[in-house]
Amino acid sequence: MLNYLISGISLGSVYAIIALGYTMVYGIAKMLNFAHGDIIMVGGYAAFCAGTYLGWPVPLAILFSMMICTILGIVIEKLAYKPLRNATSLAVLITAIGVSYLLQNLALLIWTSNPKAFPNMVNFIPSIVLGKNSDNPITISSATIVTIAASIIIMVALTLFTGKTKMGKAMRAVSEDKGAAQLMGINVNATISVTFAIGSGLAAIAGVLLCSAYPTLMPTTGSMPGIKAFTAAVLGGIGSIPGAMLGGILLGILEKFAQAYISTQLSDAIVFAALIVVLLVKPTGLLGKKMTEKV
Amino acid sequence: MGNKIKILGKTNKNSLMGFINYGIIILFFVVITIVKQAGALTNALSGQLIPICAYIVMALSLNLVVGISGELSLGHAGFMSVGAFSGVIVSGAMNYGGVTNGAIRLIVAMIVGAILAGIAGVVIGIPVLRLRGDYLAIVTLAFGEIIKNVLNCLYVGVDKAGLHFSVTDEAHMDMSAEGVTLVRGPMGAVGVVKASTFLAGIILILLTLFVIQNLINSRTGRAIMAIRDNRIAAEATGINVTKYKMIAFVTSAVIAGSAGALYGLNFSTIVPKKFDFNTSILILVFVVLGGIGNLTGSIIAAALLTVLPEIFRPFQDYRMLVYAIVLILVMIATNNERLRAFWKRIGHVFRKKGGEVNEQ
Amino acid sequence: MSSNPNDTKYVAVPGPGMIPERDKDKRPVLEASHLGIDFGGLTAVDEFNIAIGATEIGGLIGPNGAGKTTVFNLLTKVYQPTRGVIMLDGKDTHGMNTTQANQAGIARTFQNIRLFDKLTVEENVKIGLHSSIGYHLPSAVLRLPRYWREEKKAHEKALELLDIFDMADMADVRSSSLPYGAQRRLEIVRALATGPKILLLDEPAAGMNPSETEELMNNIRKIRDTFNIAVLLIEHDMNLVMGICENIIVLNFGKIIAKGNPKTIQNDPKVIEAYLGSQDAE
Repeated sequence: MLNYLISGISLGSVYAIIALGYTMVYGIAKMLNFAHGDIIMVGGYAAFCAGTYLGWPVPLAILFSMMICTILGIVIEKLAYKPLRNATSLAVLITAIGVSYLLQNLALLIWTSNPKAFPNMVNFIPSIVLGKNSDNPITISSATIVTIAASIIIMVALTLFTGKTKMGKAMRAVSEDKGAAQLMGINVNATISVTFAIGSGLAAIAGVLLCSAYPTLMPTTGSMPGIKAFTAAVLGGIGSIPGAMLGGILLGILEKFAQAYISTQLSDAIVFAALIVVLLVKPTGLLGKKMTEKV
Repeated sequence: MGNKIKILGKTNKNSLMGFINYGIIILFFVVITIVKQAGALTNALSGQLIPICAYIVMALSLNLVVGISGELSLGHAGFMSVGAFSGVIVSGAMNYGGVTNGAIRLIVAMIVGAILAGIAGVVIGIPVLRLRGDYLAIVTLAFGEIIKNVLNCLYVGVDKAGLHFSVTDEAHMDMSAEGVTLVRGPMGAVGVVKASTFLAGIILILLTLFVIQNLINSRTGRAIMAIRDNRIAAEATGINVTKYKMIAFVTSAVIAGSAGALYGLNFSTIVPKKFDFNTSILILVFVVLGGIGNLTGSIIAAALLTVLPEIFRPFQDYRMLVYAIVLILVMIATNNERLRAFWKRIGHVFRKKGGEVNEQ
Repeated sequence: MSSNPNDTKYVAVPGPGMIPERDKDKRPVLEASHLGIDFGGLTAVDEFNIAIGATEIGGLIGPNGAGKTTVFNLLTKVYQPTRGVIMLDGKDTHGMNTTQANQAGIARTFQNIRLFDKLTVEENVKIGLHSSIGYHLPSAVLRLPRYWREEKKAHEKALELLDIFDMADMADVRSSSLPYGAQRRLEIVRALATGPKILLLDEPAAGMNPSETEELMNNIRKIRDTFNIAVLLIEHDMNLVMGICENIIVLNFGKIIAKGNPKTIQNDPKVIEAYLGSQDAE
């Protein structure tokens, strides 16, 4: 029972980190960045190459991965999304899907479809064993500890960043009203670029953590966690930072419990059903703002 | 009052477009049949004919939701899989019961597939259509995944006593020894006795066009488009928003169900994973590249984009990459503000050269 | 009927107000009493009382932000009122949504034009005619004779309505490509097509030049006379309001500050104060 709770929180923390990226980008650019999940995958491969092929130390490999993803995020935004700033949301969504296909197929060409065995990059912290002397001791793996700690640190840092810094305030202004923000002298394009950079950097961290916990890396590794993290962001109320965190953790716990007590095959169905139930009761998610249409 | 004598100008234009669509499909059928008779049709292409028909129908039906009703659906393949699996089960049971005639099995399978997909459409539509925009999109995505997951757990067999279902494994179907397993969980439908034909596919497309085009040019279609263009004004004009959104959504599901049956009965095995999120997106791409709300565009895009990857099979490694790049470039070229203005200017120049300047 | 709105004689009716004497044998088409709405603790409209006679032309005026459009949204059930009762042609509208309110006899236009952009002028009007077109989906899909008959009727009816504003020749134009004034007129035609008993017009003369406004005034009177319906309008153009409204309600900060015929309103010190600000500021 406690085991499932812990693994659920661990998985949920990964979802939360990905969901934070989704939520930031959605809040500011008002777009569903479907390629976000694939940036996680790129982050995983970047860390893998740096660590395994080049033999770099772990912190450097993670930093390298974040750098690659940040640059990738900015480049994608500039080339694919910026030309569509005033287009319909459907057009932007399809473009994002195109970018997602592009990244997956590039990865397929570079690294082939053979899964790579990802080394655990976060075992610099020892695992904790609870109740060593009882009948069934509970082991909390290093990956779990680091994941949970990382998600909490990231959430706090993002909350402080958007609340206290000048750039963070600019982001909030852009998310409220792009036009008015521009009139107030805020550089909207730069703000959106920074948002993508942060979101993609987070995706790299999520990639490393995800692959450390589930050590197979393939070109499609990012898609399902991406979709689920997006579900988590919507569940918590898209655009809300604590919402993404809450949604991610709830989703992770639910998935692990469903796998344990109901059915492994149906766990995804149960997760998605939960999203539908929540949206029916609270149409903008758990912590989302109520939207009203002016007549 | 000279105006009153004016005949139904706009309606005429619409029905002209309708006839063009029927014409394209019939021409397609005639050309393919001739090429086939001449023996010039490659095996690869010949095997794609029925899937092309099924995808054209899927694109048309999704266009009803995305283009006409204006709601983004990311789970359309779910309805297709409901149709495919119910169709395959019905057809398998009929075959077991001695009905070996393919045409009869296909027709019954399509009807059953359409009805069950329609029921799924009602069940999904009730919660989904209360939501708006991106939220609606994510919930349709969720439903598509749920359908896929549930089908992954489904075991169906048939024996003398009738159909047997189980959601755990084959042994729990309580089927007698001489029974036949029709659906085997994640392995999908196995040993399907094929029944689909190219002609049936063409007829289904024509039927779909008939229903959708006649729907659009009616009070129901106008109500659906009114809601798309301005929901609040539609309400204030006495349009029952939920009812008409539902009509569009369920009609679309019904059509997708019959397309699923056509698709399912074209292969000897079919797995639930075939109808995942990627397939939903593929169909959406047909609709978007063909032009949202443009039925002719949907037909052409669905046909070309199903065939193109096959033609480029020699460049297998690169074809999906090229597909992705083309998708992105087309979206930017058709949706970027400056490029749009540019295309318009070019269009003007050409029209002026053609001497057909029509100043309003 | 006299064209001078100041000549209309008013009689009191049981309930919230006065209606023109000529309508006294008919039920008031709209009665609202003690109507009010709060948005998160903020009272936007309060104690709004009104009675509109069956063929009355009423006006709702007030400074910006006074709550005029909110009143329209309450009457058409876009917002559900926090307090009070709205009776539409004798029926309590409690629990109705916007669609049902329209079917019960209230139609409106919008301050920020809301047309069905991708549809033609004629189609916009036909959507207004929706509930009067008598066929169902199967006869449309199968193109039964009933479909053709009803569509032809709807087509003729739509052109007839468009003719009120001399717009019949624009029937096939996409509504979004109409000039601004024509878009406003199309909204009125669409609202009329739903067969209302009362028509609410939200700033119908906005963006029109004086001669267009003059024509609009004649058309509003023409609509009232040919369809025998009531009209309630919000307008900032005082020439239009004083020229056609028989009874004017002045709203300020969500409350009615004056009611009466144009002459009374023009001379009411409270109205002058609301528009120009207090003369003796502290």
